[in-house]
Amino acid sequence: MISVQKEDFDVAALYQALQQNPSSGAVVTFTGLVRDLNLGTAVNALFIEHYPGMTERALSDIASQAKLRWPINDVAVVHRVGRLEVNQQIVFVGVNSAHRQAAFDACEFIMDYLKTSAPFWKKELSDQGEQWLEQRESDRLASKRWS
Amino acid sequence: MKINVRLFARLREQLGDSVQCECPEGATVAALTDQLASKGDSWAQLKSQEILCAVNQQQVSGEHRLADNDEVAFFPPVTGG
Repeated sequence: MISVQKEDFDVAALYQALQQNPSSGAVVTFTGLVRDLNLGTAVNALFIEHYPGMTERALSDIASQAKLRWPINDVAVVHRVGRLEVNQQIVFVGVNSAHRQAAFDACEFIMDYLKTSAPFWKKELSDQGEQWLEQRESDRLASKRWS
Repeated sequence: MKINVRLFARLREQLGDSVQCECPEGATVAALTDQLASKGDSWAQLKSQEILCAVNQQQVSGEHRLADNDEVAFFPPVTGG
Protein backbone atom coordinates (compact mmCIF):
# COMPACT_ATOMS: atom_id res chain seq x y z
CA MET A 1 0.00 0.00 0.00
CA ILE A 2 1.46 3.32 -1.13
CA SER A 3 -0.14 6.66 -0.31
CA VAL A 4 0.92 10.30 -0.72
CA GLN A 5 -1.57 12.48 1.10
CA LYS A 6 -2.22 15.76 2.91
CA GLU A 7 -4.24 14.09 5.67
CA ASP A 8 -2.73 12.60 8.82
CA PHE A 9 -2.54 8.80 9.10
CA ASP A 10 -3.53 6.35 11.82
CA VAL A 11 -0.54 4.19 12.83
CA ALA A 12 -2.79 1.72 14.70
CA ALA A 13 -4.92 1.11 11.59
CA LEU A 14 -1.81 0.73 9.37
CA TYR A 15 -0.29 -1.69 11.88
CA GLN A 16 -3.48 -3.73 12.10
CA ALA A 17 -3.56 -4.12 8.31
CA LEU A 18 0.02 -5.49 8.43
CA GLN A 19 -0.86 -7.75 11.36
CA GLN A 20 -3.61 -9.50 9.35
CA ASN A 21 -1.19 -11.61 7.26
CA PRO A 22 -1.19 -15.13 8.83
CA SER A 23 2.25 -16.04 7.42
CA SER A 24 3.89 -13.06 9.13
CA GLY A 25 5.65 -13.52 12.45
CA ALA A 26 6.97 -9.95 12.61
CA VAL A 27 5.78 -6.43 11.86
CA VAL A 28 8.32 -3.59 11.84
CA THR A 29 7.10 0.00 11.54
CA PHE A 30 8.80 3.39 11.39
CA THR A 31 7.14 6.78 11.84
CA GLY A 32 8.92 10.06 11.01
CA LEU A 33 7.86 13.26 12.80
CA VAL A 34 8.47 17.00 12.43
CA ARG A 35 11.27 17.91 14.86
CA ASP A 36 11.40 21.33 16.56
CA LEU A 37 15.13 21.86 16.00
CA ASN A 38 17.12 21.38 12.80
CA LEU A 39 20.85 22.25 12.58
CA GLY A 40 20.44 24.73 15.42
CA THR A 41 17.36 26.47 14.00
CA ALA A 42 14.06 26.46 15.93
CA VAL A 43 11.54 25.13 13.40
CA ASN A 44 7.88 26.22 13.49
CA ALA A 45 6.64 23.99 10.68
CA LEU A 46 7.61 22.23 7.45
CA PHE A 47 6.18 22.54 3.98
CA ILE A 48 6.59 19.40 1.87
CA GLU A 49 6.35 19.61 -1.91
CA HIS A 50 6.33 16.59 -4.21
CA TYR A 51 6.09 15.62 -7.87
CA PRO A 52 2.62 14.04 -8.19
CA GLY A 53 2.77 10.82 -10.19
CA MET A 54 6.53 10.39 -10.03
CA THR A 55 6.41 10.25 -6.24
CA GLU A 56 3.98 7.34 -6.17
CA ARG A 57 5.98 5.57 -8.89
CA ALA A 58 9.26 6.06 -6.98
CA LEU A 59 7.73 4.72 -3.74
CA SER A 60 6.28 1.67 -5.56
CA ASP A 61 9.70 1.01 -7.13
CA ILE A 62 11.40 1.15 -3.72
CA ALA A 63 8.81 -1.24 -2.23
CA SER A 64 9.31 -3.65 -5.17
CA GLN A 65 13.09 -3.55 -4.73
CA ALA A 66 12.68 -4.36 -1.03
CA LYS A 67 10.48 -7.35 -1.93
CA LEU A 68 13.15 -8.64 -4.32
CA ARG A 69 15.91 -8.33 -1.70
CA TRP A 70 14.19 -9.76 1.38
CA PRO A 71 11.58 -12.43 2.07
CA ILE A 72 8.94 -9.96 3.21
CA ASN A 73 5.18 -10.12 2.72
CA ASP A 74 3.57 -6.66 2.65
CA VAL A 75 4.86 -3.11 2.51
CA ALA A 76 2.97 0.03 3.53
CA VAL A 77 4.38 3.50 2.81
CA VAL A 78 2.46 6.68 3.64
CA HIS A 79 4.03 10.11 3.11
CA ARG A 80 2.32 13.41 3.84
CA VAL A 81 2.67 16.62 1.82
CA GLY A 82 1.73 20.24 2.43
CA ARG A 83 2.20 22.17 5.67
CA LEU A 84 3.07 20.09 8.75
CA GLU A 85 3.47 21.49 12.27
CA VAL A 86 6.08 20.47 14.85
CA ASN A 87 5.42 17.00 16.27
CA GLN A 88 3.07 16.00 13.44
CA GLN A 89 3.61 12.76 11.54
CA ILE A 90 5.39 12.96 8.16
CA VAL A 91 6.01 9.41 7.01
CA PHE A 92 5.11 5.82 7.85
CA VAL A 93 6.87 2.67 6.64
CA GLY A 94 5.59 -0.74 7.73
CA VAL A 95 6.81 -4.19 6.68
CA ASN A 96 5.73 -7.67 7.72
CA SER A 97 7.67 -10.92 7.27
CA ALA A 98 7.93 -14.46 8.60
CA HIS A 99 10.99 -13.56 10.73
CA ARG A 100 12.03 -10.20 12.16
CA GLN A 101 15.42 -9.57 10.52
CA ALA A 102 14.01 -9.27 6.98
CA ALA A 103 11.37 -6.80 8.17
CA PHE A 104 13.93 -4.69 10.11
CA ASP A 105 16.31 -4.56 7.13
CA ALA A 106 13.60 -3.88 4.53
CA CYS A 107 12.11 -1.10 6.66
CA GLU A 108 15.50 0.65 6.95
CA PHE A 109 16.23 0.14 3.25
CA ILE A 110 12.89 1.68 2.26
CA MET A 111 13.44 4.74 4.50
CA ASP A 112 17.03 5.21 3.29
CA TYR A 113 16.01 4.98 -0.38
CA LEU A 114 12.95 7.15 0.12
CA LYS A 115 15.14 9.93 1.52
CA THR A 116 17.48 9.94 -1.48
CA SER A 117 15.28 8.94 -4.42
CA ALA A 118 11.59 9.85 -3.91
CA PRO A 119 10.81 13.35 -5.24
CA PHE A 120 9.83 15.16 -2.04
CA TRP A 121 11.32 18.49 -0.94
CA LYS A 122 11.11 19.98 2.54
CA LYS A 123 10.99 23.69 3.24
CA GLU A 124 11.64 24.75 6.81
CA LEU A 125 9.48 27.55 8.24
CA SER A 126 11.11 29.36 11.18
CA ASP A 127 11.18 32.83 12.76
CA GLN A 128 14.12 33.57 10.42
CA GLY A 129 11.93 32.91 7.37
CA GLU A 130 11.60 30.04 4.90
CA GLN A 131 14.39 27.81 3.71
CA TRP A 132 14.55 24.76 1.43
CA LEU A 133 16.51 21.98 3.11
CA GLU A 134 19.69 20.57 1.58
CA GLN A 135 20.16 16.81 1.24
CA ARG A 136 22.34 15.50 4.06
CA GLU A 137 25.58 13.66 3.44
CA SER A 138 24.58 11.17 6.17
CA ASP A 139 21.41 10.34 4.19
CA ARG A 140 23.41 9.83 0.99
CA LEU A 141 25.77 7.48 2.84
CA ALA A 142 22.90 5.59 4.48
CA SER A 143 21.39 4.95 1.06
CA LYS A 144 24.72 3.87 -0.47
CA ARG A 145 25.33 1.14 2.09
CA TRP A 146 22.60 -0.97 0.42
CA SER A 147 24.15 -0.90 -3.08
CA MET B 1 9.33 19.02 -31.20
CA LYS B 2 7.43 20.29 -28.20
CA ILE B 3 8.78 19.67 -24.68
CA ASN B 4 6.95 20.45 -21.44
CA VAL B 5 9.41 21.48 -18.76
CA ARG B 6 8.41 21.34 -15.08
CA LEU B 7 10.34 22.71 -12.13
CA PHE B 8 10.17 21.85 -8.45
CA ALA B 9 11.09 23.24 -5.01
CA ARG B 10 13.49 26.21 -5.15
CA LEU B 11 13.74 25.97 -8.95
CA ARG B 12 9.95 26.36 -9.19
CA GLU B 13 10.02 29.39 -6.90
CA GLN B 14 12.79 31.07 -8.90
CA LEU B 15 11.84 30.08 -12.47
CA GLY B 16 8.12 29.24 -12.41
CA ASP B 17 6.07 26.01 -12.38
CA SER B 18 6.51 25.10 -16.02
CA VAL B 19 7.62 26.29 -19.42
CA GLN B 20 7.05 25.04 -22.97
CA CYS B 21 10.11 24.55 -25.17
CA GLU B 22 10.65 23.92 -28.85
CA CYS B 23 13.61 21.56 -29.42
CA PRO B 24 15.19 20.16 -32.59
CA GLU B 25 14.35 16.52 -33.39
CA GLY B 26 16.55 14.05 -31.44
CA ALA B 27 17.71 16.62 -28.88
CA THR B 28 19.15 15.25 -25.66
CA VAL B 29 18.42 16.33 -22.09
CA ALA B 30 21.86 18.01 -22.04
CA ALA B 31 20.95 20.05 -25.15
CA LEU B 32 17.64 21.10 -23.59
CA THR B 33 19.48 22.07 -20.41
CA ASP B 34 21.88 24.25 -22.44
CA GLN B 35 18.96 25.84 -24.26
CA LEU B 36 17.20 26.67 -20.98
CA ALA B 37 20.41 27.86 -19.31
CA SER B 38 20.88 30.41 -22.10
CA LYS B 39 17.60 32.12 -21.07
CA GLY B 40 19.45 34.10 -18.40
CA ASP B 41 21.04 34.22 -14.99
CA SER B 42 18.90 32.06 -12.70
CA TRP B 43 18.28 29.54 -15.50
CA ALA B 44 22.03 28.81 -15.62
CA GLN B 45 21.72 26.86 -12.35
CA LEU B 46 20.01 24.02 -14.27
CA LYS B 47 23.52 23.11 -15.46
CA SER B 48 24.71 22.59 -11.88
CA GLN B 49 25.96 19.05 -11.15
CA GLU B 50 23.49 18.63 -8.31
CA ILE B 51 20.33 19.34 -10.33
CA LEU B 52 18.45 16.15 -11.23
CA CYS B 53 16.32 15.50 -14.28
CA ALA B 54 13.38 13.17 -14.96
CA VAL B 55 11.76 12.47 -18.31
CA ASN B 56 8.15 11.28 -18.14
CA GLN B 57 8.67 10.78 -14.39
CA GLN B 58 11.74 8.54 -14.66
CA GLN B 59 15.14 9.89 -13.61
CA VAL B 60 17.55 10.12 -16.56
CA SER B 61 21.05 11.37 -17.36
CA GLY B 62 22.10 14.07 -19.85
CA GLU B 63 22.51 11.68 -22.80
CA HIS B 64 18.83 10.70 -22.74
CA ARG B 65 17.14 11.50 -26.09
CA LEU B 66 13.89 13.42 -25.93
CA ALA B 67 10.71 12.73 -27.92
CA ASP B 68 7.87 15.03 -28.92
CA ASN B 69 5.61 15.97 -25.98
CA ASP B 70 7.96 14.61 -23.33
CA GLU B 71 7.54 15.95 -19.81
CA VAL B 72 10.96 16.96 -18.51
CA ALA B 73 11.34 17.85 -14.83
CA PHE B 74 14.32 19.56 -13.20
CA PHE B 75 14.72 19.49 -9.44
CA PRO B 76 17.25 19.81 -6.59
CA PRO B 77 18.33 16.75 -4.56
CA VAL B 78 15.31 15.29 -2.74
CA THR B 79 14.77 15.78 0.99
CA GLY B 80 11.70 13.75 1.93
CA GLY B 81 11.17 11.31 4.77
